[in-house]
Amino acid sequence: MPAGESGGKPYETTFPWLLEARARRSPEATAFRWKRYGVWRRFTWRDYYRLVRWAALGLYALGLGRGDVAAFITGNRPAWPIYEVGAQSLGVATVGVYKDSLSDEVAYVLQASGARVVLVEGQEQLDRVLEVLDRTRVEKIVVDEAKGLHMYRGKLGDLLVTFRDLLEQGRGLDEAEPGLYDKLTGDISPEDTAGLFTTSGTTGRPKLAMLSHRNLLAMAHQLYRLDPVGEDWEYVSMLPPAWVGEQMMSIALHYVAGFRVNFPERPETLWEDFREIAPHFLFAPPRVWERISKDVMAKIEDSDPLKRAVYRAAIAAGYGAARRRLVPGRRAPPAPWRLLRFLAYWAALRGILDKTGLKRVRRAYTGGAMLGEDYVLYMHALGVNLKQIYGQTEVAGIAVVHPDDDVRLDTVGKPLPETEVRIDEETGEILIRSPAVMKGYYRNPEATRKTLTPDGWLHTGDVGEITPDGHLVVHDRAKEILVLSDGTRVAPQLVQNKLKFSPYIAEAAVIGHGRPYLVALLNIDYATVSRWAERRRIPFSGYSDLSQKPEVLELLRREVARANRRLPERLRVRRFASLFKEFHPDDGEMTRTRKLRRRVIEERYHGLIEAMYRGEDSYELTVELRLEDGRRVKATRLVRILDAEA
Amino acid sequence: MFFAAKRHPAAEEVVGFDSGAAGLLGLWEPGSRYREKPRIAEGHVLLVEDIRVEFGGVVAVDGAGFRLEPGQVLALIGPNGAGKTSLLNVVSGFYRPKRGRVVFLGRDITRLPPHRRSRLGLARTFQHSELFRHMTVVENIMAGLEPWRRYGVLDAALWTRKAREWEEWARWKAELVIDLLELHRYRDRVVEGLPPGIQKRVDLARALAQDPKVVLMDEPMAGLSREEKEDLARAIVEVNETQGVSFVLVEHDLEVVMDLCDHVVAMESGRVIAEGPPEQVARDPKVVEAYLGG
Repeated sequence: MPAGESGGKPYETTFPWLLEARARRSPEATAFRWKRYGVWRRFTWRDYYRLVRWAALGLYALGLGRGDVAAFITGNRPAWPIYEVGAQSLGVATVGVYKDSLSDEVAYVLQASGARVVLVEGQEQLDRVLEVLDRTRVEKIVVDEAKGLHMYRGKLGDLLVTFRDLLEQGRGLDEAEPGLYDKLTGDISPEDTAGLFTTSGTTGRPKLAMLSHRNLLAMAHQLYRLDPVGEDWEYVSMLPPAWVGEQMMSIALHYVAGFRVNFPERPETLWEDFREIAPHFLFAPPRVWERISKDVMAKIEDSDPLKRAVYRAAIAAGYGAARRRLVPGRRAPPAPWRLLRFLAYWAALRGILDKTGLKRVRRAYTGGAMLGEDYVLYMHALGVNLKQIYGQTEVAGIAVVHPDDDVRLDTVGKPLPETEVRIDEETGEILIRSPAVMKGYYRNPEATRKTLTPDGWLHTGDVGEITPDGHLVVHDRAKEILVLSDGTRVAPQLVQNKLKFSPYIAEAAVIGHGRPYLVALLNIDYATVSRWAERRRIPFSGYSDLSQKPEVLELLRREVARANRRLPERLRVRRFASLFKEFHPDDGEMTRTRKLRRRVIEERYHGLIEAMYRGEDSYELTVELRLEDGRRVKATRLVRILDAEA
Repeated sequence: MFFAAKRHPAAEEVVGFDSGAAGLLGLWEPGSRYREKPRIAEGHVLLVEDIRVEFGGVVAVDGAGFRLEPGQVLALIGPNGAGKTSLLNVVSGFYRPKRGRVVFLGRDITRLPPHRRSRLGLARTFQHSELFRHMTVVENIMAGLEPWRRYGVLDAALWTRKAREWEEWARWKAELVIDLLELHRYRDRVVEGLPPGIQKRVDLARALAQDPKVVLMDEPMAGLSREEKEDLARAIVEVNETQGVSFVLVEHDLEVVMDLCDHVVAMESGRVIAEGPPEQVARDPKVVEAYLGG
């Protein structure tokens, strides 16, 4: 049962109030775990409440109050939600910065939000903030992990405080003034801005969407009504906390449903920790599902013929069952297929699910970008109940999801309760209205006017349609749709996803606006292609070298041809090139959530693209490469351009 | 010192887990506990005087010595055959000198066997890692705590409370250094097959788990890539700064020495030819000649 219900809409409350209610009702229940020093440490709801209380008072002692903004730059660790809800207890909104952001991006978010305090995970993030400090309003930096801090001792005055000291300070204040916290949380309201969230920013600087407690909790309640989550379910916090998708699960849904959030020990131990926990449900962007699928496929390739044969038979049964399950009105395939799937499970799939940590998954979501339907089908064939989510930062993450008995490959699902979706008749744009729609963009009334209509409809910027039985189909971002010179409209994501289903292709940028046909710039998948090359004893010295090997290009040609066979004639990729550098957020070619920035890519590889359309078979490409130590060098290499069909 | 304690406290008692905010978050850093320990008040931690080592008729070290201040990182440099490693081996107790003495924390340890020295707080790492190749990282680190083991065969066979508590404590000590040197993802991996840079870090971790006052490192950077060197150097600085551990390094890589060390002792043919801050020693004509002309 969701906590904190007291007449009216259940989401007319705030995070600090909900937390207090949970701590009162089930103080000893596990709220979250954190792996430290090799052991999963358990924190109850009472622990959680006390920590948030101290964090709030610690921030109060620093002089924060209603209307201020507090930023954080951390990975997935308890300090983040504690700090965030602590700030919200004072009526302070938080804003997250991606942990791997460069100083410029850090500066931009800190400036745009006017944050006065910032929580950083460790020395690396601290350095980024210090670099741009004079361009911001930051007065205090809270550091979670004190390792390496001795270098700053005595140099920064009282600019720094450790998170631990902040908590201690709050605790001291709590003992001195026991009623203070309750008075502070009494002053906040569901309409307060709980957080500012950066929009994805595929076409420009990200904007800051203001989401209130009510927005976030309405979304969580609606999702919970459709997909209830048990209090004993496990969840692993693994997505960037600055992303609304992680906020939605690890905070909003967590407070509403009361499951157990698990924080991994370190980013590099994530998958081992994930496997130890074996979560019951998870939410991950397409790249995680792609990664898992590619790893499994590559491992199968490496195994012995007997195992491969068993796997092939099992996955064929899995596919058969999946196709029959992904039909309106079904939660499971018909009986004979259930039996086959049962056999397949015990013969091979169980082991795969166990190794990947997906064995206990009852419900999995993908969102943030479009996941190719091949991957969705593959996951269902393995036995993972993977569902599409559609939403965006401006509606607190989710507006549309597949009901359990109506999962389909070609749609993103049906609107959540209390959510209206319609298609703009002129432009084909998807419009959404719900209690989760944001208050507006922070300090940007002009953009707000463009996005929100006076009667509460949100312009999503996506193009789509609604099927007769009420499912939403999303084509692509309106700005991304390509029009070939003969007028054919192409949603590049669709084509890219077909290409990316190859285990050897990590990224694909499909280009062709105003051109006679489509071409693609590919990034090989270094992990799988290098394994493939090692098996064939093809020597290579690194990513750049491997990406241009004739054998690898031939492999890519086969993979592109295979993808083409499954696309309509006009949507086929005629020519492609393998880049010797991966697309990277640090180079602006992708957003921090790993979405391609088409405009940047088309500009940077302009010469190469022109050469592709001129019909040349190679091009001398010069790009800036980042070395391991952070230096940048210009690199020039001959890139071969291939025709997809030999 | 911890081995004087009657009973080793269980991990949770060591942390003070659940006692206040920091305990609740498991947030305190390993360093804090070391920092609260009294540092060696003044003077030297290690005094090596007038050492002479001979092998048959060959004189390897001829009257060399140095003085290590608390918290110092000291480097022994010099061309091949200068006697650096021999001198280090005298300090760690592998060689017995013909002449001279080694004083550690005010106590003459010249005649003490190596394992007794390590119990006093003098740990060492090796040029070619001397880890147990078929054991995991955490097992290797715990093996370094063997001199402090407090239970015998009978306890182990019956898995008594005494044995369990000791193992728990040792695991805890190991986890502290795993965190400090960021070895988390290698914790349960067998040492054989780990990259050389990681093996060096495991070697250092094993030394540090023993709560040493001084760590002797024989060519820690040999055979490492640039990035691995930087990682290891950062780890050394971190341990030195937060825990006040002093280091004596035998090192060839002058760049590392310049970045890392407070004090450099240059040797040639078994003698000390120059001594002082790194910049000064690097400019010393005798050192330049030994390196270039030698």
